[in-house]
Amino acid sequence: MKGRTDEQAHRAVEAVARESYGRLVALLATRTRDVAGAEDSLGDALLAALTTWPRDGIPKNPQAWLLTAARNRLTDHARHQQVHDHNVPILQLMTREFEEIADPDALPDERLKLLFVCAHPAIDPQIHTPLMLQTVLGLDAVAIGRAMLVAPRTIGQRLVRAKAKIRKTQIAFEIPTPDQIPPRLEAVLNAIYAAYGNSWEDATADPRFAELGQEAIWLARVLGEQIPEDPEVRGLLALMLYCEARRPARRSADGRFVPLSEQDANDWLMPMIDEAESELAAAAQMQRPGRFQIEAAIQSVHAERAHTGRTEWTAIAAFYDQLMQVAPSIGGAVARAAAYAEVRGPEAGLALLDQIDPQAVIFYQPNWAVRAHLLQQLDRTQEAARAFDRAIGLSEDDAVRAFLTEHRDH
Amino acid sequence: MLYALLIYENQADFARRAASVETDEYVGAWRKYYQAMVESGIYVGGHPLDVPETATTVRLSDNKSQIQDGPYANTKEQLGGFTLLELPSLDAALEWAARCPAASYGAVEVRPVTSEMERRITN
Repeated sequence: MKGRTDEQAHRAVEAVARESYGRLVALLATRTRDVAGAEDSLGDALLAALTTWPRDGIPKNPQAWLLTAARNRLTDHARHQQVHDHNVPILQLMTREFEEIADPDALPDERLKLLFVCAHPAIDPQIHTPLMLQTVLGLDAVAIGRAMLVAPRTIGQRLVRAKAKIRKTQIAFEIPTPDQIPPRLEAVLNAIYAAYGNSWEDATADPRFAELGQEAIWLARVLGEQIPEDPEVRGLLALMLYCEARRPARRSADGRFVPLSEQDANDWLMPMIDEAESELAAAAQMQRPGRFQIEAAIQSVHAERAHTGRTEWTAIAAFYDQLMQVAPSIGGAVARAAAYAEVRGPEAGLALLDQIDPQAVIFYQPNWAVRAHLLQQLDRTQEAARAFDRAIGLSEDDAVRAFLTEHRDH
Repeated sequence: MLYALLIYENQADFARRAASVETDEYVGAWRKYYQAMVESGIYVGGHPLDVPETATTVRLSDNKSQIQDGPYANTKEQLGGFTLLELPSLDAALEWAARCPAASYGAVEVRPVTSEMERRITN
C-alpha cells in the first residue's frame, strides 16, 4: 500500500515538473530577475516534494506548494548570503500572492516575458535559443544540443554565463516595447521552433515530447495575440500546425514509421490543416515573406495532397530555393536536394547533396537517409547499404531504425 | 540599481574639447545630456577625464613600483569619462547610453555597479 502511494506521489511530482517547469521558473524569475536562482530553488523544491508528498499526501495545488517551497529556498539563501536583500520583501509578497490562488490555472503566466529576456540583445546571440529552450521549456543540455546541432558540453558553460549576466545587469522581465520587439523576435521564434522540432524527432513513445510540441504551438499562439501584425509569428504557427496535423499518420497501427510520401491523408487532422491555411493566408496578406512563411508554404503544398491526391514537387523545390536564400541551413539544404530528386531524378538530388559541406552533415541523419534512398534508386547497392547503415546508426528512434533496415534489405 | 556608463573616445574627440565652445555640438551636447540626466532624477555622479596623455600607470613588481607614462590600455579608443546613474533595469541604462553624445561618435560601455563587492569592501 505504501509503495503505491509512493509511486503516485512520484508520478505527481514528475507530472507537475513536466507540465509546469517553465511556468514556475518564469514566475520566480520575473520577480527576482535571477534565472539561475529560480531554477536552483525549483530543483530543490522538486527534491523536497519527492520526500514530502509520499509522507503527507499530494497537496491540493501542487504548483503553489512548489512555488512556496522554492520561494523559501530563495529567501533562506538571500539571508544566508546577505546578498540580493532587495529580493526578500519581493519574495515575501509573492507567497501571499500565490497562496491565495487556489486554482493552479489562475497562476499568472510569465513565460513570454522570460522568452524575451533570453532574447535580449545584451545576451550573446548564439546562446539565445539554447537559453530559452532550457529555462522556458525545460530541455536538458543533450536535447538542446540535438536541436541546435552542437555538442552539449559547449553549451553548458555559456548558459551559466548568460544567466549570470541577466542577474548581474538586472535585465527587466517585461514584454518589450514595440520598437524593441523586432530584433528579439527572431530568436524567440527560433527557440519555439527548435522546441517543436525536438518534440517532432521524439514523437514516438515519450509523451513528454508530444506535450513539448503542444507547448510550442501554445507559445506561438500567445505570441500571435501579443504581436498580431507580425507575419512570421503566424507563419511559424501555421508551420507547426501543418506538422502537428500529420502526427497521427506518422505511425501505422502496429507502430511502424510511415514517411510523409506514404502517409494516408485520411489520417491527417483536417481542422488543424484548415487553421494552418488561414494563418498562412493572413501572414501572406501582410506582404512580408520570411523563413517561417516559406517553410509553412512547403508544408501547405504537402497538405494539398489531401485534396488532389498528388504532391507538386516542382512547387516544393522552388520554395526550398527561396528558403535557402532567406535562411540557409543544413536541414534546408538536405530537404532541397530531396525535393529536386523528385523533380529531376535521383542523380540531380545526389549532385545537390554533394554540394553541401561534408563536415557539416557528417552526423546529420537526414543527409544519410536521403543519400541512401537516392543511391538505391540508382542501383548503387553497395554505396546505398553503407549510407543506410550510417543513417541507422545516427537514428534515435526504433521505428525509424526498423524502417531504414527494412528498406536497406528490400 | 547603479549603472556606470563608461565613455570611450578617440584622439580626435579628445582634441575637439579644446576647440569647443559651450553651445556647439560637442560641449553643447554634453551640457544638454547632463541636464536631462539631472532633471530626470537619475544622476548620481560622474566626471570627464583629462586626455590619455596625462595618464600614468602604476604596477608593483618585486616590491618596487613600476611607473609608466601613458594609459593602461594602448587602444585607439580611450576612457574619456564616466557617469553613474540610478536606474531600474539594464534596458533603462542602455537607453541612457544611447542618448549619450559619445554613443554617436565613440562608444559607451554599460556596467552594473556590484553592490555585493561594495558591501564587502566598505563594511
